[in-house]
Amino acid sequence: MAIVTVSNKSLTVNPLKQSQALGATLAFLGLKGTMPLFHGSQGCTAFAKVVLVRHFREAIPLATTAMTEVTTILGGEENVEEAILTLVEKANPEIIGLCSTGLTETRGDDIEGFIKEIRDRHPELNDLAIVFAPTPDFKGALQDGFAAAVESIVQEIPRAGELRTEQVTILAGSAFTPGDVQEIKEMVTSFGLVPIFVPDLGASLDGHLEDTYSAVTVSGTTLKQLREVGSSAFTLALGESMRGAAKILSERFDTPYEVFGELTGLEPVDEFIQALAILSGNSVPEKYRRQRRQLQDAMLDTHFYFSGKRVSLALEPDLLWSTVHFLQSMGAQIHGAVTTTRSHLLEKLPVKSITIGDLEDFESLAGGSDLLIGNSNVGAIAKRLSIPLYRLGLPIYDRLGNGQFTKVGYRGTMELVFGIGNLFLEQEEARVKQFQELGIVSAEF
Amino acid sequence: MKITQGKINELLTETGCEHNQHKQSEKKNKSCTQQAQPGAAQGGCAFDGAMIALVPIADAAHLVHGPIACAGNSWGSRGSLSSGPQLYKMGFTTDLGENDVIFGGEKKLYKAILELKERYQPAAVFVYATCVTALIGDDMDAVCKAAAEKIGIPVIPVIAPGFIGSKNLGNRFGGEALLEYVVGTAEPEHTTPYDINLIGEYNIAGEMWGVTPLLEKLGIRILSKITGDARYDEIRYAHRAKLNVMICSRALLNMARKMEERYNIPYIEESFYGIDDMNRCLRNIAAKLGDPDLQERTEKLIAEETAALDLALAPYRARLKGKRVVLYTGGVKSWSIISAARDLGIEVVATSTRKSTEEDKAKIKKLIGNDGIMLEKGNAKELLQVVKDTRADMLIAGGRNQYTALKARIPFLDINQERHHPYAGYVGMIEMARELYEALYSPIWEQIRKPAPWEEEEVL
Repeated sequence: MAIVTVSNKSLTVNPLKQSQALGATLAFLGLKGTMPLFHGSQGCTAFAKVVLVRHFREAIPLATTAMTEVTTILGGEENVEEAILTLVEKANPEIIGLCSTGLTETRGDDIEGFIKEIRDRHPELNDLAIVFAPTPDFKGALQDGFAAAVESIVQEIPRAGELRTEQVTILAGSAFTPGDVQEIKEMVTSFGLVPIFVPDLGASLDGHLEDTYSAVTVSGTTLKQLREVGSSAFTLALGESMRGAAKILSERFDTPYEVFGELTGLEPVDEFIQALAILSGNSVPEKYRRQRRQLQDAMLDTHFYFSGKRVSLALEPDLLWSTVHFLQSMGAQIHGAVTTTRSHLLEKLPVKSITIGDLEDFESLAGGSDLLIGNSNVGAIAKRLSIPLYRLGLPIYDRLGNGQFTKVGYRGTMELVFGIGNLFLEQEEARVKQFQELGIVSAEF
Repeated sequence: MKITQGKINELLTETGCEHNQHKQSEKKNKSCTQQAQPGAAQGGCAFDGAMIALVPIADAAHLVHGPIACAGNSWGSRGSLSSGPQLYKMGFTTDLGENDVIFGGEKKLYKAILELKERYQPAAVFVYATCVTALIGDDMDAVCKAAAEKIGIPVIPVIAPGFIGSKNLGNRFGGEALLEYVVGTAEPEHTTPYDINLIGEYNIAGEMWGVTPLLEKLGIRILSKITGDARYDEIRYAHRAKLNVMICSRALLNMARKMEERYNIPYIEESFYGIDDMNRCLRNIAAKLGDPDLQERTEKLIAEETAALDLALAPYRARLKGKRVVLYTGGVKSWSIISAARDLGIEVVATSTRKSTEEDKAKIKKLIGNDGIMLEKGNAKELLQVVKDTRADMLIAGGRNQYTALKARIPFLDINQERHHPYAGYVGMIEMARELYEALYSPIWEQIRKPAPWEEEEVL
């Protein structure tokens, strides 16, 4: 229903999108004992690392093949090999998540070929999983890189095994925070299902204190669990961008799947909970019946503030999709929408138009909104336009608790309802104050 | 500016840099020329370094010619502050796509510069090359020249693609671009005998503003700030200064040395961190400007400032005395921060020397004594071990190591470029003392180190 326009400027101003390799790294960070490794110049790694460290306020494992001008011309195989051997010696990872960059994709390094040859030369690396995600910087965005990594993971690691009727594979896309993944895990396990999350950011980037230092990820989906994904009875793909990975599992192991584009808002959560009840054959736990009534109550209390409000969003496609539906379900209107990359979802969104563009595009169409939703980089625009900003996406530098923030399930939806509702509420109070200052309303009012 | 191996070598072997003055192999410090190690390297690239050096020029536009990773993953994250224009904070990029990589990005760049001028009216445009544009062979010099002619404002190519080396090398390329295209292209309205340039001070967290009032009070004029809170025009007439003051960084040493060659401007290397260093900095500037009256005023100002500072620091000194810290940072900062820490009665029990020169190391040795540990290189794990072995109370390092320390339940102070607190000058000392005190004496440490009641029982 939406008309999708691609900005055809030569100059991008204040980019909304980040690189695919950054997204792939995020996915790899949800696996235990993992070291993500960029095949590129050292700066590619340093930039991505800083983004993730500042967003999650965590130490982030991320290594580089440290390509130089000379090694680029000669080809990067030796650097990939040296990097892998050094990492094995110093950090002893179980999984290396190898991502390409603009530099090495432009040169055309055959990284899959490199891995084969390195494996031939080094049989001692037999136990090490090396997963390669092709993530050129000159294509796609974070969400695509995340999806590429998950696709490579499910293509490479799972093995066929005996069917386990209670085991479900849950592919959690880049739109879900560690807090989201934890909430989903709680929902799924409460039905007696045994989930394997690919990846499990809820275990690794939730911000919890460990007793010892580790150079690689200390928690997340284990290599053993990943191998057992082939035994799952069902795949729940969360976020449209996970469809590709679900298809791969369906092709490899005949695992049936369903894609849930959103887990925010009463109806989408109802559908998910209903699906879990059917899958497990168990009835819906009392806890969720209660939470559902709480959410209904919250919607009643807050709908006044949402009704008719115009909201502009700058989010990646999956997150845009779920946030637009949620806002509309509360009575708000979509004023403007900018996103980063193509997705089949975009045309189907019930809004007039969507721009694949940058924050300059966003600024030009956000004027007149009551609320902006986007990452920290939207902050300067919110200030210039004097419109409040609700922060979603990545990076978020100017708010605490990004790892724990939850927006899915009945409980997470409530968090969103209250969080956004409070911004609208403040706005109305500010309006009353303006009247007071103008002498239209008396100060006692 | 063509990027040639000759140019890279020239900058790597910058003769003004003490790293390169020892020809004997055992003394020659390799840190400038050493290559990043696959699987081990952690630092930023040359492109990053060039941007760090130039982005603080606030009324210029900084346009990254490359695919999205170079600008998209980094824009808006630098801590330099501007007292006026905010244009430098905008993230401009050509965001090259697959077609541009195949067919070349020159046309897109040309159009992007024109669009930029049209929409944002910058004082100048700095265009940064990246690995991809270097690899596909875009002729940035030619495009920038043509665009400059078309739009009538300076368009400066900064050719320091990431893969040519480290952040440090990129800083120098940034300096080269200023020397080649900017410095000497305009004249100041007037000059005074007390005109100086600050080089290598990027006004992180606004810390330059803790020092400039002191210089103003003495009647010293900062002609050009290179580049913290700078405007494009002031750098154009930097060649009329009487003295270049290099701050806390050898990164732009090539600039100071070449300005000495070309314009006969002497330079001194100073630091704004710590009382002694700040005093010395003011004294040296006054001495170099060669005015006895100024020197006298300087002594008076130092006496006033340090007396006031002693009062302000007294309560902190009482609480900080005898605390042990491990310092992990690069280059000159190692010794300048040690000196600041000692002013507060803090003992630096170990420090990194990985980017330090022999001269730096000698200074450090003198400052931390024989028991102090000098860390040649290290990773997070070794660093934590050192903190443990030395029974240090705290780690002072760059933001990158912040969470490594905190997760190990070690108090931490950030001293690198992403930080939010100004530590320069006398006022900066108070800020630093307060931050150190707050970090060390937070009530959380006891709580987070304490096991849960049931864990204690389980041990029993």
